Amino acid sequence: MSFAIELKAVHKRFGRTPIINGVDLAVSEGERHAVIGPNGAGKSTLFNLISGRFAVTSGQILLNGEDVAGRQPQEINRRGLARSFQITNIFPRLSVYENVRCALLWSMGYGYSFWHRMGALKDVGGRADDIVERIGLAGRRDRPAGVLSYAEQRALEIGITIAGGAKVILLDEPTAGMSRSETADAIELIRSVTQGKTLVMVEHDMGVVFGLADRISVLVYGKVLATGTPQEIRANPAVQEAYLGVPQT
Amino acid sequence: MRRVLLWGVAAGVMLALPLAFRQSFALSMLTQMGIAIIFALSYNMLLGQTGMLSFGHAVYYGLGAFVCAHALNAIGAGRLHLPVTLLPLVGGLSGLAFGVLFGYVTTKRSGTPFAMISLGIAEMVAACALMFPGFFGGEGGIATNRVVGQPWHGITYGPQLEVYYLIAGWCLVCMIAMFAFTQTPLGRMANAVRDNPERVRFVGYNPTRVRYLVFCVSAFFAGVAGGLGTINYEIVTAENVGLGASGNVLVMAFVGGAGYFLGPVIGAVLVSFLQSVLSSYTQAWLLYFGLFFVAMVLFAPGGIASLIALHGPALRHGLWPRLVRGYLVAGLAVCVLLAGCIALAEMIYHAERGEEMGKAYAVFGLAVDVSQSLPWLLAGAALLAGLALMRPAIRVVRHAWSDVHAQLQRIAPR
Repeated sequence: MSFAIELKAVHKRFGRTPIINGVDLAVSEGERHAVIGPNGAGKSTLFNLISGRFAVTSGQILLNGEDVAGRQPQEINRRGLARSFQITNIFPRLSVYENVRCALLWSMGYGYSFWHRMGALKDVGGRADDIVERIGLAGRRDRPAGVLSYAEQRALEIGITIAGGAKVILLDEPTAGMSRSETADAIELIRSVTQGKTLVMVEHDMGVVFGLADRISVLVYGKVLATGTPQEIRANPAVQEAYLGVPQT
Repeated sequence: MRRVLLWGVAAGVMLALPLAFRQSFALSMLTQMGIAIIFALSYNMLLGQTGMLSFGHAVYYGLGAFVCAHALNAIGAGRLHLPVTLLPLVGGLSGLAFGVLFGYVTTKRSGTPFAMISLGIAEMVAACALMFPGFFGGEGGIATNRVVGQPWHGITYGPQLEVYYLIAGWCLVCMIAMFAFTQTPLGRMANAVRDNPERVRFVGYNPTRVRYLVFCVSAFFAGVAGGLGTINYEIVTAENVGLGASGNVLVMAFVGGAGYFLGPVIGAVLVSFLQSVLSSYTQAWLLYFGLFFVAMVLFAPGGIASLIALHGPALRHGLWPRLVRGYLVAGLAVCVLLAGCIALAEMIYHAERGEEMGKAYAVFGLAVDVSQSLPWLLAGAALLAGLALMRPAIRVVRHAWSDVHAQLQRIAPR
């Protein structure tokens, strides 16, 4: 059985403070996997380790079987992993279309080229428009990303993440701070754009988690407490105690 | 298509300018502007497009200029065969070579550390300029002669007009090339790095590499400007690599508007104009220039280009008369303030240096005797009145703008 992402005994310490204490996690190809846990459990840190933003203290992170621990974010991205951020992380002065186009360029092989004219790259332009359409921002195509509403910026965040066609997508709290109706739209968007891809997401909204995930891992104090299907997790007494804070009878 | 037309218009204007300005003073100012435009645009590749605040861009202009001076002397001595027309290319390539070398160190960091390293390298090169007289010519610099080699179709570059057309041609080519650069994948990623270097790493790019490559390209164009400077002035000194020159190009890009491609062009033209015209009127011109810069940073941090862009919608919808009325009222107050300010500055200057300049002195064409108290009182009163009028003046302009905004909302609601 091959996994899209596999973590083996991953540890991360900041100074002398341990944040991640030996996480083992395996996500198969095409799976939608949610990571939940109380505040401060290390969920975002885990994402930062997988995507290369931080270096691991020890352990292995396998992306399609290849160890990527200690690699730079751009190298990991080029190997087919893309992520979004909990705090919106876009290019505020560039237009929506330009944001998506920048996210496409590397994957389409243009690299650091200064001998191609962007306007003439029909393949890039076409795909960028396609993605702008899919994230529902066609009406905002030429607006600077910085002036979009919060929910629109979140959609763009997802657009930038999926633009490069990465096979493995990490979404860090994609619906944080959204209203109920915006959340419903966001779930639909995530479902459609991650079709056929491996998705790992951190999420606080249990409605989103149970509606979207095939499997769930519960992270508490930097350790995986349990992994399983939504039903298994719901029924797990240890999870109930740790996550909900009340022992269930 | 529209773009081709615009460049065509630019070419036409450059061709026609010497017909309108025949005096040698105007012509030498125009050549100076052409060089400044290339230099300022190359600087803005760093500042406006990639978000790198460099305090040492004159290093690449100056080193390009020095190499060109030696190349020109070698052509003159018959040791090198190269048409003078192509000399700026030598400047560009040497700028590029030093950019590759120094840029590797400088662009390792971004933000404030980048600014500090650029300053350090500028200091280092300026120090070298005095330590190695063989290459830099010591205090006197390297003098050269542009009328060398075989004339090409009768062009010797002796007359200033021929030099003007050489510079105008290079200026146009460089402008087009630098604009085209903004439309390439690397140029776009430079903007992305400016906006959010962290995110760039998660879409597959290395922001350090993007910065480095842009830095090298920018050093190339700075070197081209340096080469043209060598041809125009026929002398290169340590000042050309110094911090003063680096600060000057920063001011040009900033005053013109770093956020717009044409901003530095406006800044280069304006600053060159002020430098040659203002300095012929008053010795205190640097003071006014500094005040002007401070006022721009305080009140129009986006530069002149942003002011123009701000007025675009109002102009398109014919709402400008409302604004013009506001500006006229406010302009009056500003004039009173400026009059007081300038009169005081000139009189202080005269009182300090009066013996050297003679007793008779004129401010705004009026004979003034600085030993009397009346002129001082008048100037002081004008300054105070101007200051007092500033607040109502600003209110008038605000009022005009809020009217215009309200009308724009009705015409084109967002």
